[in-house]
Amino acid sequence: MQLTLWTYEGPPHVGAIRIAASMRDVHLVLHAPQGDTYADLLFTMIERQDRRPPVTYTTFQARDLGGDTANLVKTAVAEAFERFKPAALLVGESCTAELIQDQAGALARSMNLPVPVVPLELPAYSKKENWGAAETLYHLVRALLADRVPAANAPRPVREPGRAPRANILGPTVLGFRCRDDVVEVRRLLEALGIEVNAVVPLGAAVEDIRRIPDADFNIDLYPEISRTTATWLERSFGMPHTRTIPMGVGGTRDFIAEVAALAGVDAAPLLSREHAGGAGLAASQSRLPWYARSVDSTYLTGKRVFIFADATHAVAAARIASEEMGFTVVGLGTYSRELARDVREAAKRLGLEALITDDYLEVEKAIADATPELVLGTQMERHIAKRLGIACAVISVPIHVQDVPARYSPVYGFEGANVIFDSWVHPLVMGLEEHLLQMFRDDFEFHGDAAASHLPNAGKASAQPAAPVAVRDAAAAAIATAAVPDGPIWTADGESELRKIPFFVRGKARRNTERYAQERGVAAITVETLYDAKAHFGR
Amino acid sequence: MSDLSDLAPLRVPTVPMPPPARVDFKIVRERGQREVFCGLTGIVWLHRKMQDAFFLVVGSRTCAHLVQSAAGVMIFAEPRFGTAILTDRDLAGLADANEELDRICVTLLARRPDIGTLFLVGSCPSEVIKLDLAKAAERLNARLFPKVRVLNYSGSGIETTFTQGEDNALKSMVPLLPLTEAKQLLVVGCLADVVEDQFRRCFAQLGVGPVHFFPARRAADLPSIGPNTHLLLAQPFNGETVRALAARGASVIAAPYPFGAEGTTGWLRAAAAAWNISAERFDEVTAPLAARANKGLAKHRARLAGKTLFMLPDSQLEIPLARFLHREMGMRLVEVGTPYLDRQMVGAELAMLPATTVVSEGQHVDRQLDRVRAARPDLTVCGLGLANPLEAEGLTTKWSIELVFTPIHGYDQAADLAEIFARPLERRERLCV
Repeated sequence: MQLTLWTYEGPPHVGAIRIAASMRDVHLVLHAPQGDTYADLLFTMIERQDRRPPVTYTTFQARDLGGDTANLVKTAVAEAFERFKPAALLVGESCTAELIQDQAGALARSMNLPVPVVPLELPAYSKKENWGAAETLYHLVRALLADRVPAANAPRPVREPGRAPRANILGPTVLGFRCRDDVVEVRRLLEALGIEVNAVVPLGAAVEDIRRIPDADFNIDLYPEISRTTATWLERSFGMPHTRTIPMGVGGTRDFIAEVAALAGVDAAPLLSREHAGGAGLAASQSRLPWYARSVDSTYLTGKRVFIFADATHAVAAARIASEEMGFTVVGLGTYSRELARDVREAAKRLGLEALITDDYLEVEKAIADATPELVLGTQMERHIAKRLGIACAVISVPIHVQDVPARYSPVYGFEGANVIFDSWVHPLVMGLEEHLLQMFRDDFEFHGDAAASHLPNAGKASAQPAAPVAVRDAAAAAIATAAVPDGPIWTADGESELRKIPFFVRGKARRNTERYAQERGVAAITVETLYDAKAHFGR
Repeated sequence: MSDLSDLAPLRVPTVPMPPPARVDFKIVRERGQREVFCGLTGIVWLHRKMQDAFFLVVGSRTCAHLVQSAAGVMIFAEPRFGTAILTDRDLAGLADANEELDRICVTLLARRPDIGTLFLVGSCPSEVIKLDLAKAAERLNARLFPKVRVLNYSGSGIETTFTQGEDNALKSMVPLLPLTEAKQLLVVGCLADVVEDQFRRCFAQLGVGPVHFFPARRAADLPSIGPNTHLLLAQPFNGETVRALAARGASVIAAPYPFGAEGTTGWLRAAAAAWNISAERFDEVTAPLAARANKGLAKHRARLAGKTLFMLPDSQLEIPLARFLHREMGMRLVEVGTPYLDRQMVGAELAMLPATTVVSEGQHVDRQLDRVRAARPDLTVCGLGLANPLEAEGLTTKWSIELVFTPIHGYDQAADLAEIFARPLERRERLCV
């Protein structure tokens, strides 16, 4: 048993629903009790989908147990097929149905429907949402391509001369992070390279699109959490190579272009040479990030402490952007995606960090409080943590809430995605000169360290009552960050008052460092001098 | 054949209860996919109401995901609810599930010393594997009581729908209520704090009292119960709790539910009658309140009157709310769905609906949506999973979960209640994009 307050991922059958809901003509019959239909609202409310997810729930009750739950499956399958006329039917079980072992998939198969019926195994007590999505996509693709798998060791057909290279884009789904716009951005890149998009799967795909997958020359594994399993199988069975790079950030996008160009056998130079720092004013350059980052007003971004926690793909990419393209210092990096934890561990190691691999929200909260970052890049869970700790935050990964599905075009992949990222990461921060003035005139009654940045909406509210939020925030941070040290050094009034002049986002750390310094030297009372002695000792 | 009554077994009470009203119109009973939450969802408001209580679901990741999704996802940084998620180890018997549960409870309570009552909440998986939470509660009480009291109830989707979770939670507290011989009024059902305060003032002015509310704002503040306790029902979905309270000697005051001015007046009048309050005194106290409520309702009536209404089953509030929307707001009822029909709880309300109303019990969501599309009502009340898809088909909707997350009872909320239904219509009028 595992105690959970909030969960980063839903159960695996929610992943299966994401695949079905991403496609145009696939229906899912889910053997599940009343209540599991809550999953529908994730799609209709968070993603504002204008149709119900294509799922039929068998809705068994206590009195059905031991009776005819199996019959319910057959009825639901028959009715769903009749009503929705899908081109393929997925059949799975939610956590409770898994326990009663009706073999819903086998039952559905025995009905000899005139369309492919794909049974899904979704072990709810060991796996989670992304795994369920990856597995569902894999089984669907595999079932639909079963008759097209070439004999082992058969040579890959050579592309006839004159035909443009073709790629499949694998992995975008509904309820993913900015998938809709990322696909547009990646299409643009491919078009610029003269590569045709053969199929996008599963977002917006029909069964026929999946049947066409082998017609392409290679696959783009765009969201490895969802598509790695499928891309690996396609490579093994059809000899189709797939990409390893993620086009997120300027560096990531350049690497992606180079990799794709190599797979397609085209020249990336014309596209890449247009993109260079200082070229923001030139129509040829799509990417403004390199110039904006070099622009002197961005100097204040230097060394900003950033904590990153997301799915593996976005976490790794964000870490690279933060350190190489924004000039931040990454002070924490982690993921809840255990399946791809290795990538995150490697990325963390390159930054001299130990990766945080967990799906325990409280553990993440503690790590953030301990790291005292100035910016948190995370999921909507981290947004709440950051709000509680009074730290700026931008959401970079699922799980998301409705405000993370913007109406405007806002990809995070490709050159335009990098522009979007620059804006959305800088926006929550206190701006450069404002920050200087805050540090110089700390006691200004309406312009103090604990007021929110003046361009953010709650600035006025925060400045009206400067004292209370400080205490609350300090208390919250202290409660989380440090257990009270009994018999530790005490703070003198002037020491405490000087501590308050330190910006709040490093105050917790300054407090702990000073206490540690005092304790190690047997200083009983911390004065202003102790504070500065400690600062000199630990100074970065 | 497709009677869903065993979702909410109607036991014959052994003590006085209002007789079920005779209902002549046809009830459509359906069975199929239900687009309704399970009883775990009640935790979302119960944990806010009882500030010293923690709700621990013993279930799967689905349960945790459901509660956090229904709660609008992450409203509270550290909520007073959580899920003990069963894993393969628990199912394979490698870990003794009981030991694991005890360990989690103790860890949890060490983290939250402010918690005085811990509810262990059963789920579909815990029911299916027959994890005995009553035994677990007993075992934990032996260890933790009196600092913490441990209770248990089921919120599982195979046994409960949406608001039945509150019913089961309250019912689990009934055996603990101390006995009293004193004459008193006990208002049953979770009410918003502001509404509770309004009713307290109103009862005091009427001279009805002492008045207690169940549940109270702290789970530890248990009201007493006894043969001279008169139950006044604030929510139509607490049938099992009411029957359990009646079995402990309390009697039920027959009354409509306090929705709208008419419902609130009827509700208060029934209580006043049980306390022999004179008609003059009653009017003196309630007339100004009712007038104020009616003033607030008038402007919404203009928008709602004559409009057709289709309510999909959700919270069990459908029948009393249909009564309010029809009788006070002049709406025309096309179909009123309810997850299950508890005639003892809503029979009298049902009798107040026009005979042309189609009342449906249970759900086959696809067939019901066919009826919605055929009727094209002016307003469809439905769950969050259906609202946007119906809006995309050009229908105006009101998502029903707002009705359990908003103060809607009593005179001073009557206009707010009407506004909930008027707002989507107003919005559609405003928008011209």
